[in-house]
Amino acid sequence: MKAAVLHFPGINRETDMARALHQASGVKPAMIWHSEHELPAGTDLVVVPGGFSYGDYLRCGAIAARANIMDAVRKHAASGGYVLGVCNGFQILCESGLLPGVLMRNENLKFVCRMQHLRVERNDTVFAGAYAKQQIIKVCIAHGEGNYVTDAPTLKAIEAEGRVAFRYCDESGAMSAASNPNGSAHDIAGVYSPKFNILGMMPHPENLIDPLVGGTDGRGLFDSLAGRFQTAA
Amino acid sequence: MKARVTVTLKNGVLDPQGKAIEGALKSLAIDGVNSVRQGKVFDIDLAGSDRASAEAVLKQACEKLLANTVIENYRIEIA
Repeated sequence: MKAAVLHFPGINRETDMARALHQASGVKPAMIWHSEHELPAGTDLVVVPGGFSYGDYLRCGAIAARANIMDAVRKHAASGGYVLGVCNGFQILCESGLLPGVLMRNENLKFVCRMQHLRVERNDTVFAGAYAKQQIIKVCIAHGEGNYVTDAPTLKAIEAEGRVAFRYCDESGAMSAASNPNGSAHDIAGVYSPKFNILGMMPHPENLIDPLVGGTDGRGLFDSLAGRFQTAA
Repeated sequence: MKARVTVTLKNGVLDPQGKAIEGALKSLAIDGVNSVRQGKVFDIDLAGSDRASAEAVLKQACEKLLANTVIENYRIEIA
C-alpha cells in the first residue's frame, strides 16, 4: 500500500498515523508537507492526521483545507483515490468540501479525552472490511470540536445511502446521550463520501494498535486498507 | 479602503459558546437578556478605492475562507 500522510503546521498525530500504516502494510508512508503541489505518483491512500493545524484559528481545519496540497487531494479523490481523515483530519476534509457537514464545538463545551466505544455500521467498505458488521470497538477520542452537524436534507441523504461509518455507543452497543461525547447528530463518529472512497472520523484508531497502550481495536481499519491494496498490487 | 465582515451562525445552528455566555451574563445578574449568539468580526484594509471590486473581493474572501456557509452567514460593510 502506497500511503501519503499530510503534514500541516500544528498537526501532531502524523507519527502515530505513520506507525499504524507501517504496522499494517509493512511499508512506511510518505510524509507530505502542506506546501507541496503533488502527491507521490501511485499513491493509493492519502491520510490527513489529527492535531491542531494552524492552532485551530478561524475554524478547525479551515486554513489547512485551503493549502496547496489539498488541490492534489481533491484531484486524487475525484479520480476514485482513497482518503482518510482522522480528528483534525476529518475537520479538514469537511472544510475542504470533500465530506459534507461541519464539526462544531462539543455540546457541553468540554474537550473530551477518553476511551470510547463505537459501532461499525458496515464492513463492506475498503476501510472497514476487517471488522464484523455492527462490531463494537473501543478506541480513544480527544477533541473539543467533534459535534457533527449538517443541514437536514444532507443528514437524511447520509442515512439513506448508508454513509455513516461509525456511531458512538456504550460497550453493549446501546446509544444514548451518555454515550455520545459531543452532541453529534445521530451519534455520528465517522462518515463516508457518496462513493465510499473518503472516510472522515473523529476517534483515533491509530492510537489503538498495540496492547501496550490499551488495545488493538484500531488495527482493523489499517488491516482493511492494507489488505485491499496488497491484493490489488 | 476599510471594510468590516461579520460572520454569524445561521438560525437553528446550535451555539454552545453563545449559550455559555448567556449563562455567564445571567450569573452576573445582568437582567433582560433573552439569548446570546456569538459571531466573528473581521476588519479588513483593502487596496484600491473601487467599491464594486472591493465588494467582489470580500465576497470571494467570505465564500472561500472567512465563513463556512454550511453553518454561517456573512455580512459585508464597506466604510
